[in-house]
Amino acid sequence: MNVSQHHGGGVIVMSFVFALVAHMIILPDWAQNLRPDWVTLVLIYWCIALPDRVGVGAGWLAGLMLDVAGGALLGQNALILAIVAYLAIRLHRRIRIFPIWQQSASVLLLILLHLMLALWIKGTFSQSAETWSYWLPALTSMLLWPVIFTGMRWLRRTYRVR
Amino acid sequence: MVLTILSIVMMALDHRQQHLESVRSGLSVIVYPLQYLVDLPVSASSWIGENLSSRETLLEENSKYKIQNTLYKAQLQKFQSLKAENLRLRELLQASKKVSERILIGELLSVSLEPFTRQILINKGSNDEVYLGQPLVDAEGAMGQIIHVGPFASSAMLITDANHAIPVQVNRNGLRAIAVGTGAADKLDIPYLPISADIMEGDLLTTSGLGGRFPTGYPVATVTQVIKDPTLPYAVITAMPSAQLEKAREVLLVWPTRHDEISAKSSVPALAPTTPASQAEKP
Repeated sequence: MNVSQHHGGGVIVMSFVFALVAHMIILPDWAQNLRPDWVTLVLIYWCIALPDRVGVGAGWLAGLMLDVAGGALLGQNALILAIVAYLAIRLHRRIRIFPIWQQSASVLLLILLHLMLALWIKGTFSQSAETWSYWLPALTSMLLWPVIFTGMRWLRRTYRVR
Repeated sequence: MVLTILSIVMMALDHRQQHLESVRSGLSVIVYPLQYLVDLPVSASSWIGENLSSRETLLEENSKYKIQNTLYKAQLQKFQSLKAENLRLRELLQASKKVSERILIGELLSVSLEPFTRQILINKGSNDEVYLGQPLVDAEGAMGQIIHVGPFASSAMLITDANHAIPVQVNRNGLRAIAVGTGAADKLDIPYLPISADIMEGDLLTTSGLGGRFPTGYPVATVTQVIKDPTLPYAVITAMPSAQLEKAREVLLVWPTRHDEISAKSSVPALAPTTPASQAEKP
């Protein structure tokens, strides 16, 4: 892999930064539980599009930032996003050629996995609320995936991120 | 694989010990600009709102505050004499007692944290001498305590968080209890009180200061429901927090004054004859 082929690393970093900001923006109460999992969505996109640039390490770092920003147990989201990134990379050839609705379904599964792991970790270390609305972000993330996908693809092509 | 093990070790360390607090506060410096950025539109809009509010509303508010201020002042007059009297009586009993606390106003950052936890982020950090476990109050009562400290911002757990418990006493008769958060915004549980306990609806619960974190005497909650079912081992008691946990934008950070500091300051000459007594008080 030649270094000169790498291009647009700044765009990748900025996309993660914006995802983090979107993750932290305060929402009205009714929308609070519907918040899609921005950082995970962006991570999944980059893992599928550029598996040799964004991978487990990037996922881990992004997760660490999420932990610090959200006041979670340090390492919780880092572990989860590393696992999600690993799976996304393992499956990237398959997911890439899926039609968009099938991609959304895979995203739904990955985010459900994310939420389940988070529930396990939280349940191990502390008390956690058990309501059905806990799983709603998976649904909203799935519905948002086509938008994210086309938006990010446009971004990748415009800035020629390779 | 390595990262997986590393993050599991980190989680365990973070849960059990305080070693990673420095890592967290270091990383929080990177995240803080983003949090500030997220908060900016909210604080800007409130600033604009303040600056554009009409003269009439300002006058109205002003007169309201004036009346309130007079009321408070009148109450304070009594408070001063009561404080002096209390101090005198306590000196007679040779019991030292904290009389005042240092207070700093912090502002909430409108940043959403982990869902399903009751945590807030405030714009004061270790640069303002905020420390881990520091109590947080608002104008109406106890709010919570600091759980992570960064250089510029720190996060606090509210008393309604499911992982928070605060030692309280019933203001009416001094009955001690523990108020445990439920995760709901306006509900605290008071577990482990026997059915015969003297507690009823409307009782005010104040901090008892027994945990060593919160100073004594801040209102915590009002009892809303007492179910004394003989088939249950304990009474089922719920209470509503006094503090405006979901509404307040300003919070007060409290530095409780140490026991011995106060007695040294307030009664230096009186200390000499009663040395054995004051030494016995120190742990």
